[in-house]
Amino acid sequence: MKYILMMNTMRAEQGVPNWPRGDLRAHIAFMKKLNQDLHESGELVSAEGLSFPDQAKLVRAGKDGTPITDGVFPESKEFLAGFWIVDVETPERAYAIAAQASAAPGPGGAPLNMPIEVRSVMSGPPPEMM
Amino acid sequence: MRKPWDTTSERLLRELAPQALGVVARRFRDFASAEDAVQEAMLAAFTQWPREGVPENPRGWLIQVASRRMADQVRSEIARRQRESAAARDVETVAAAGDIDCDMDMDPDDTLILLFLCCHPALTSSSAIALTLRAVGGLTTAEIASAFLVPEATMAQRISRAKQSIKASGVPFRSLSWQERAERLPAVLHALYLIFNEGYTSSSGAHLQRLDLAREAIRLTRCAKALLSDDAEVGGLLALMLLTDARRAARTGPDEELIPLDKQDRTLWDRAEIAEGIGLLTAALSKGSVGLYQLQAAVAAIHDEAPRAEDTDWPQILALYELLKRVSPSPMATLNHAIATAMVHGPARGLEMLKPLDSDARFSGHHRLDAVRAHLLEMLGDRDDAIKHYRTAARRTTSIPERNYLMTQAARLEEGP
Repeated sequence: MKYILMMNTMRAEQGVPNWPRGDLRAHIAFMKKLNQDLHESGELVSAEGLSFPDQAKLVRAGKDGTPITDGVFPESKEFLAGFWIVDVETPERAYAIAAQASAAPGPGGAPLNMPIEVRSVMSGPPPEMM
Repeated sequence: MRKPWDTTSERLLRELAPQALGVVARRFRDFASAEDAVQEAMLAAFTQWPREGVPENPRGWLIQVASRRMADQVRSEIARRQRESAAARDVETVAAAGDIDCDMDMDPDDTLILLFLCCHPALTSSSAIALTLRAVGGLTTAEIASAFLVPEATMAQRISRAKQSIKASGVPFRSLSWQERAERLPAVLHALYLIFNEGYTSSSGAHLQRLDLAREAIRLTRCAKALLSDDAEVGGLLALMLLTDARRAARTGPDEELIPLDKQDRTLWDRAEIAEGIGLLTAALSKGSVGLYQLQAAVAAIHDEAPRAEDTDWPQILALYELLKRVSPSPMATLNHAIATAMVHGPARGLEMLKPLDSDARFSGHHRLDAVRAHLLEMLGDRDDAIKHYRTAARRTTSIPERNYLMTQAARLEEGP
């Protein structure tokens, strides 16, 4: 079963975190280790970090199908900072990974307890009914 | 008599791929299908040779297998048409083609012809790179896909589209005139340079077993240099790659964090690569026509030759960037020129030179501009503005290691001296 684990960050924190160097390093090392562990266990499908939302564009097709881009991102409270797609045996395992990511260390090494949205990824057509 | 498969065999196999492709493409007058057939022959070789040993005539083997695939394809095509009209005789002609003596239609220029064909200006750079790696580099679609972190099917599609574009543009598979060669060479060098950069700039933790694109680019450029030995820029490009690659081991720390040039442990630099790069650069410069790659290689050489960061000959680097700005003006050239100016004449002069870039539509809002400005402001002692620009740069970059590096720089300044 595939799940997407979406790491949301509050918009108020959209600036680059101004934590002390040691805390930044600890956070980076934690995320790297998490990805490596998931890779080694064969559960990681992909993991990507996203650029900051001030670079985002909202696109709609115009009348003739040409893109109309909106420079400013709409006012949502949260934005997607990055995601993991994992392939796991049970939903519980997906939740466990999400909890691990949520507890990434922040300032002073305290767990951030970020909200991680877990959604299952839709599968292909079911086997023929007999 | 078969030779056992060893570490040199893989390299041999990859070098034979473009040679076999040249023969098959010429024989069947169909580059796109020949390329697929050789890829299949390569896959067969990669599975059979390690187990059964390397055939006595490995190139002949590849050509035979690829030709047989081509013949099978033509045969099934004819069989399809036969249902409408009889053309049985052609089957025999085609079948016999698979047994022709393999060296008969060999052209030593084939690898070069392929390189120019794959780096055709009609292709986008991402297609050109992918096709070059497969047709000239002898890599499998799966290897190329994993190097660019995309699914194999996506890469297969990209390569197939690239071949369609070549077919549509009607470029024949033949040697180029001297003038065509000169006109098209910059596109070829640019593609090789992009392959190198891709390997040099992208490496992330989750993908440790990626194919080493920087090494592949160096291998292909070596090959191009052997075939175009009279061109100074090919030598310059190879020198630039070696002089840059030499610092690879010092460029990242244990947690893959970026280490800037002035903080690198220079004992980790690869002296053999530096020596070879400098030798190539000297030979290229003596040819008299100085180009973009030679100038960049010359800058890299000056950095590589300094025993310590503070020994760097910045006045000479400044002179080189002045020349580079004239030969090939670009925002990136201006940026480097500003850095060198700051190192020679002080940060205020450097910052002054950055100003026109703010109004340059190609470059304003680019994270590099913020990063350099932050660095020069720090040199100037303007801590608060430096922190601000490091953070802006961190927000704008799309590279995670670079973002981490820039955030750490801001944090370092926050902590004070």
